[in-house]
Amino acid sequence: MNVRALEKCTDDRPDEVENILLPEEQNFTVENHDSTKSSTEDTLELKSDGVDHSVGSTKKTLKPPVLEKVFALYKKTDSLFIGVLSISVGLVLWHLATIYSFNFYINFQNIPTPLSVGSAFITQLADTEFYIHILVSLKRILVAYSIAVFLGVGTGLVIGRSRMMRAAVLPYIEIIRPIPAVAWIPLAILMWPTEESSIVYITFLGALFPIILSTVHGVEQTPEVLVRAALSLGAKRSKVFLHVVLPAALPSIASGLAIGMGVSWFSLLAGEVISGQYGIGYFTWNAYSLINYPDIVVGMLVIGALGSLSTFLVRLIMRPSLRWTLPRN
Amino acid sequence: MKAEKGLTKERVIHQKKSISRGRVNINDVTISFGSGANKNIAVETTTLDIPPGEFVCILGPSGCGKSTLLNSVAGYIKPASGQVLLDEKEVTQPGPDRGMVFQQHSLFPWKTVHENIAFGPKIAGHSQKECDSIANTFLSMIGLQGMAGKLPGELSGGMQQRVGIARALANYPSVLLMDEPFGALDAQTRLIMQESLLNIWSEFGTTVLFITHDVDEAIFLADRILIMSAGPGSIIADLNVELPRPRHSDIATSEEFVDLKRKCLSHIRKESLKAFECSTNH
Repeated sequence: MNVRALEKCTDDRPDEVENILLPEEQNFTVENHDSTKSSTEDTLELKSDGVDHSVGSTKKTLKPPVLEKVFALYKKTDSLFIGVLSISVGLVLWHLATIYSFNFYINFQNIPTPLSVGSAFITQLADTEFYIHILVSLKRILVAYSIAVFLGVGTGLVIGRSRMMRAAVLPYIEIIRPIPAVAWIPLAILMWPTEESSIVYITFLGALFPIILSTVHGVEQTPEVLVRAALSLGAKRSKVFLHVVLPAALPSIASGLAIGMGVSWFSLLAGEVISGQYGIGYFTWNAYSLINYPDIVVGMLVIGALGSLSTFLVRLIMRPSLRWTLPRN
Repeated sequence: MKAEKGLTKERVIHQKKSISRGRVNINDVTISFGSGANKNIAVETTTLDIPPGEFVCILGPSGCGKSTLLNSVAGYIKPASGQVLLDEKEVTQPGPDRGMVFQQHSLFPWKTVHENIAFGPKIAGHSQKECDSIANTFLSMIGLQGMAGKLPGELSGGMQQRVGIARALANYPSVLLMDEPFGALDAQTRLIMQESLLNIWSEFGTTVLFITHDVDEAIFLADRILIMSAGPGSIIADLNVELPRPRHSDIATSEEFVDLKRKCLSHIRKESLKAFECSTNH
């Protein structure tokens, strides 16, 4: 259900937003790790059986026990191992491309090598300024995201249940939602008294819409039979809302919160790159201005890690309230 | 021990009350959906008098408007004309005096079995202690004490329906409205559920309005069977079931049962044929 909701949300979003959503989708595959693993294991087993038989029947010179051992090893190698291997291959290719200055349409001449990025990262870890950049970004996310959750869930619940409110509010959402965060920057700087507040505003805006829309979606899909059951048990409107509509919408709200977290990072970065003196986005852009190329990649990786970590935290916080949606035996 | 004493007392009081309450009157009720050219009459002018404590089955093919009629008693649907009365009071909205049992998936999936049953009493403003004691009473009545802490998703379909019945009864309603409650269960489970419903009913004596399209189920359960026909929905037969109680599943082979079944089937067959011809003509 979550996955479907997520897909739906990403579908009707502009491209830029979709890009930032990618890490989340990866998160999903990580969460569903067990099921995918078991299914790949099944297919592997099938494959190995099939090959085994054909080999055994056609070529008797090949020793089946050796083959079996190979296949057994193959079966044991789970997706983690394959993943590590794949990343290592990627790193080696990156390294080769940079040291041989690969330049065919894509130019690797000025790209730092993986090793220089690693050493730059270690240098930064010893620098307090680096942590200030991270903390400033985290603070902006925390403030903007909290406001977005509060307003987004509230608005979503109201317009999900009230036809009149929906008619009044939905046009605003439809007009403002497709405008990318970057496009807001000039106006935000004009609107807000400080640079800090305009960055927080842009970050807030990014998180707001996915949260509103997922909440509305969740409210709308509340099973009618549950509403009827609550009514016949004596519940009035407010109690139906509290005991039925809200919990029924929670899975959808949770996925909206996770998406909102991803988009708020995206928006924050846009704001930080263009203005500000601190923040991990500023750090990354500043590294480019200072021709300190390894730090660009350090900044990028830290942004990615912080985005994944914060989305993971949102999911972790929501998990206890979604216990009932988990499959059971 | 103490708790048990309290419970029996509660039940006795309830039984006494229920003798005098639970009369359902349906007076010239017409139910329609849409308006103008799209107007669709679901239930044609129907009048019924159901005395307190009677077990009434409404039997008919799917789409004949039997659920619609039940929903008007529940208060989910307003009749286009006519009135539904419960103990001489007009029904205008859903309420805890009419316990509703649905076909399936009607338990709150995020609440435990115990919380589901305690929901009605909690809404009614009982203290947590009272709610717990009521929930425990009904849990033991349906034999699911061990499942109190489970979520509905962890129960079988039959168990879920038992919890559904217990949840509706926990409000001590005057009438129990059941909309094909066993329709989604397998045949064996259904038989067991029917017997246990009769046991519960004999203890509570509540008026029951039970919707089904299963002739055997209707005869086995009911004091009285109302057969409904489709297009537009109306009651075409009102049969009394004089089979002795308590009933066990082996009565399905008795002569009276088979006679009654033949009668019901011939009514339904005529109607189904009519409906079938209608649908092929279109």
